[in-house]
Amino acid sequence: MAQAIFIILSLFTLGCALVVVTNRNLFHSALYLAFVFIGVAGLYFMLQAEFFAGIQVLIYVGAILTLIIFAIMLSRDLMNPNVRGFNRQWWAAAIVAGLLFLALAVVLVRAPWPAAPTGEPSPAFIAELGQALVSPAYVLPFEVVSILLLAALVGSILIARER
Amino acid sequence: MLNLTWLIPVFPFLSFVLIVLFTNPNKKLSSGIAIGSVAVSWVLSWGVFFQSIAGHIGMGEEAFRLHVPWLPTGTEWFPMGVNVDPLSAIMLFMVPFVCLMIFIYSVGYMHGDPRYSRFFAYISLFACGMLGLVVADNLLMLFIFWEIMGLCSYLLIGFWFEKPSAMKAGLKAFLTTRVGDAFMLAGMLLLYSQTGELTFAHIFAPETLEKLAHTQVNLGFLGSLPWASLLAMLIFGGAVGKSAQFPLHVWLPDAMEGPTPVSALIHAATMVSAGVYLVARCFPLFTAVEAGPQLGLVAFIGAFTALFASTIAVAQDDIKRVLAYSTISQLGYMIAALGIGAYVAAVFHLITHAFFKALLFLGSGSVIHGSGTQDMMEMGGLRKHMPITFATFLVGTFALAGVPPFAGFWSKDEILADAFHQFTELGAASWPFFVWLFLTLAAFLTAFYMGRQIFLTFYGESRRPHAHAHESPKSMTYPLIVLAVFAALLGFAGVPEEFPVLGHLLGNPFHHFVGHGFPATPLNGLVMLISVAMALGGLFVAWLVYGRNPLKEGQPDPLIQALGPVYTVLRRKYYFDELYQATFIRLALWLSEVCFAFDNKWVVDPLVNLAGKAGVALSNLGGWFDRTFVDGAVNGVAAVVGWMGGALRQTQTGRVQNYLLAAALAVFVLLVISVVV
Amino acid sequence: MVPLSWYLIVAAALFCIGLYGVLARRNAIGILMAVELMLNAVNINLLAFWRYLTPAHMTGQVFALVVLAVAAAEAAVGLALIVAIYRTRDTVNVEEVDLMKL
Repeated sequence: MAQAIFIILSLFTLGCALVVVTNRNLFHSALYLAFVFIGVAGLYFMLQAEFFAGIQVLIYVGAILTLIIFAIMLSRDLMNPNVRGFNRQWWAAAIVAGLLFLALAVVLVRAPWPAAPTGEPSPAFIAELGQALVSPAYVLPFEVVSILLLAALVGSILIARER
Repeated sequence: MLNLTWLIPVFPFLSFVLIVLFTNPNKKLSSGIAIGSVAVSWVLSWGVFFQSIAGHIGMGEEAFRLHVPWLPTGTEWFPMGVNVDPLSAIMLFMVPFVCLMIFIYSVGYMHGDPRYSRFFAYISLFACGMLGLVVADNLLMLFIFWEIMGLCSYLLIGFWFEKPSAMKAGLKAFLTTRVGDAFMLAGMLLLYSQTGELTFAHIFAPETLEKLAHTQVNLGFLGSLPWASLLAMLIFGGAVGKSAQFPLHVWLPDAMEGPTPVSALIHAATMVSAGVYLVARCFPLFTAVEAGPQLGLVAFIGAFTALFASTIAVAQDDIKRVLAYSTISQLGYMIAALGIGAYVAAVFHLITHAFFKALLFLGSGSVIHGSGTQDMMEMGGLRKHMPITFATFLVGTFALAGVPPFAGFWSKDEILADAFHQFTELGAASWPFFVWLFLTLAAFLTAFYMGRQIFLTFYGESRRPHAHAHESPKSMTYPLIVLAVFAALLGFAGVPEEFPVLGHLLGNPFHHFVGHGFPATPLNGLVMLISVAMALGGLFVAWLVYGRNPLKEGQPDPLIQALGPVYTVLRRKYYFDELYQATFIRLALWLSEVCFAFDNKWVVDPLVNLAGKAGVALSNLGGWFDRTFVDGAVNGVAAVVGWMGGALRQTQTGRVQNYLLAAALAVFVLLVISVVV
Repeated sequence: MVPLSWYLIVAAALFCIGLYGVLARRNAIGILMAVELMLNAVNINLLAFWRYLTPAHMTGQVFALVVLAVAAAEAAVGLALIVAIYRTRDTVNVEEVDLMKL
């Protein structure tokens, strides 16, 4: 039962991802990207990382995708049929990507992973996550990420503002 | 004074060096230096001469010797030095004095010549050569000075080198004497190889001569000879060349192209007598073998030349040529005398001949200077215009002709007496008879042609009335007078002791000094009468032909008609020059053509050119190889690098997506490797 | 039960699809979208490993969170750059933005 859901979800996600990378129309690519994000969120649900699923939809679809659509709108050149969407090495890229996937697949299948999860996540998951973030173990990355976000914020405003 | 003998040749040599290097522009200084140096040598020589008489020095072992080790030859040193014995002492008496007279004469004769200084340099070098030859103590040193004189002879004969005849004459003299010198050198080398010595004192030691006389040398089909005979004949070859004996006599008449002082000095008094001196010096070698061919050869050539040359002299018109042939003839006398063993007579005649022949040549020079021509047919009546020259020339003529009591009579008569005495002992079929006969006939002819010369030159009317003859300056006449005194009186040094009155009075000092050890020739009244008759008879016949009715202008020589075709043969010198030209000279020229062709056309030059071309071809090959392979390799490497660069440049697209593709590919490869390996 | 390897394979596939997009798209925004795909694949990987191997620890979560935050920041800056370039060059074609190439 779970496997069936998983398979459907995966195929959906991967299909949309393929459309994202192959569609000539950039706007359509962006919308299909939204579906990819939602599919990934679904996968997170199956992994019992509900918090993350929510965060994923919130941030990726809500913020990043919006940003992407804004950028697309701001750069009008999205419907020009004369410009080809793909460069001259697309076939080499396809081959390399395919080969890489095959190699990775082989490695991953052969590796002795445990077939079943080895434990359960704790019920007070979010509280623990919050405490972990400010605990001595992870407070530094947390703070650095904040600074990073601040820098990104300031930087992108600086770069993109009108002269 | 004897210890200073070695200085005698040095002074003239210094004079030569000084004139050549420094004083050439200053004419007076040059001649002054030359005359001064010869004067010093003369004083030294007479000092040596008188000291050697007083000191009774002898020949061979008893001679005075002074030598230094000079040339290192293997284990020993070859010495060079001076040797004074009666022969060289008597030569030292004559040579520098005659040289001095001629040097003084040359001041007047060569006056105005543009190469005046050079002339004195050359005759100084020549004087050095002759003096060195006379005092040399070994054959090598003698040969060196012999060759110096040969060089000076060449330079002086061709002194007026603008005249092609003079240049040719110089070359002829040098090359002809070279033929003789080649024989002499061969003789010297063989002598050295047989005995290991060239010093006179050693090679004429009795043991050496014994050895040379008794060992035979095999000459193949010519039979075998004692070494002494062969060596003597080879050395005699040098004398034949230098003293202008038959068959190498052809150069001396042509040598008259040189200035007259040269003719007097070199070709009368000194150089040509060097050949006679050589044979006299090597006399022990010649007499080492009792009955060998060498003395016969010497006697034959001497006597034959004496008669042969005097016949030619009869038909010559050039005043100097007559004297040249006369010199050849008189040298023949000396050589013949040596050939029959009359050593003392030969040396005596050598000395007296030097004086009166030098006198005659200088006199002829005075005549030429005064009258302006050398052809006797154009002279005449000079007796009135040139009295001093005439008087001295007459003295010389009498001396040469053998009229008593002049010097020539005594010396010539001694030779004839010696020959006569020997052939009365040996019979008519012997060399002495042949010698006596030929020399007596030659005496007649000598008197005849000298008389002819006197009458044609000095008597009668001038055949060139428009030319004004004048006497020569004092610098020329004073030497003539001095030499005439000697020509007149020197004979008395050699009067045989058996001669009535004079003999006892004078005591034949010459024989005692030079001929110490040789028996004195017995006096023979018959021979003396015959030789006087020949002399006076010849002069009388000359007077008959030329003196009684002196020739007028344009009148031909009466002898031409009298002798007919014989006259032509005599005048053309028996066609010897033509004979030599057709044979030896043509052969030599042909050989030189062959050698030239070998060298330039067929062998040497083509080989050299071939080597050159081979070198060029080789270098072309090397160049091609270098260009094709080496350059090719280098260029090839560069091309490969360039191509690779061009190829690899394609990867640097500047596009990030291409780089990322490469990175992804690399990741894949690494993954595979890490899984598989 | 869904084996771990299935999740990982899905993540790998998503990653490779994203890789293809990065390598082959001309449009800068398209490339950026592909990059987001790759980052999502990474996140899936992280969370799958967290769930199956160490569900009790927070490390996996924190890591995934950081990745998410970084992805967001990067997307913002990247898009700002693209907009800025569009303003001056009037193009979003990466092949035309080659001033640095010789």
